[in-house]
Amino acid sequence: MKNFKALISYVVGFILSLLLTIAAYLFAVKHLLVGSGLIFTIVTMAIIQLYVQLIFFLHLGQGLGAKSKLWVFLFTVLAIAVVVGGSLWIMSNLNYNMTPQDVNNYLMEQNGGF
Amino acid sequence: MSYRRRKLPKLKPGEITVDKHDSNEKTIFGFWVYLMTDLLMFAALFATYAVLRSNTFGGPAQRDIFNGLLVLAETIILLTSSFTTGLGMLALARQDKNKVVMWFGTTFILGLSFLVLEISEFWHLIVEGNSFQRSAFLSSFFTLVGTHGLHIVFGLVWMIILLIRVNSRGLTPGNIRKLTSLSLFWHFLDIVWIFIFTIVYLLGAAR
Repeated sequence: MKNFKALISYVVGFILSLLLTIAAYLFAVKHLLVGSGLIFTIVTMAIIQLYVQLIFFLHLGQGLGAKSKLWVFLFTVLAIAVVVGGSLWIMSNLNYNMTPQDVNNYLMEQNGGF
Repeated sequence: MSYRRRKLPKLKPGEITVDKHDSNEKTIFGFWVYLMTDLLMFAALFATYAVLRSNTFGGPAQRDIFNGLLVLAETIILLTSSFTTGLGMLALARQDKNKVVMWFGTTFILGLSFLVLEISEFWHLIVEGNSFQRSAFLSSFFTLVGTHGLHIVFGLVWMIILLIRVNSRGLTPGNIRKLTSLSLFWHFLDIVWIFIFTIVYLLGAAR
């Protein structure tokens, strides 16, 4: 019975992931949305799929030692937010704060920005 | 947890004993912590990619080298292999050695097909003169996607060695522990790929 439940969990996770993957692909390739709406939709689908796979495949938050695993995971998410968000924030402002305008224009012409 | 019999050390009264199950839990937790540190390394590579994405130096951008169907095929193959790993773990819970070998063998073949598709993708880029030396964008692209591919290679080597061990020695406690770690590793690689698929390929094609 326990095994059957686990099987259902894997099948549901697989089908949901498959649907999310194909939906995100169609949104991007067929240009069903444009601009920030499209970016928001695709990234949201990736985050939903992350959640689906964490729950249905990795069984995060279930079984023995689940709490410590969850805390390590949440801390990692925090560190990733700092690394990725911080890098993007600093690097996108670096252009405007550090580079003289004529050099910036030259770089924009040559290779599309820093 | 060795499958060989060994003498247990005599314990003084009050000394903590570690039973098999407890030691397994600790190994799996330790492996989980390793996976999280690996995730941090991928986060740094993602950040590098996001920063250098538009520095194409006159070369192609992501939308110019985007091969939609190939990438979708890679994604679905890897997702299916993550699913078959799960089925292998269910067979492991039933102590069904043949099914374990069958499902992990399927995972191995799917992983190998993923790798072949990825290498052909890289090969085409390099032949067309768009190698990692072409621009900062392509350097960060090859580093991020290539690091994931390298993880897949290590996972496949690990899988084939483990399958040989399971075949010859059966589902010993040591093999069970290793199969559990391997399944975590493989699910983890699929999760990293979701973000490569979304951020590198789909958002690159959408721009």
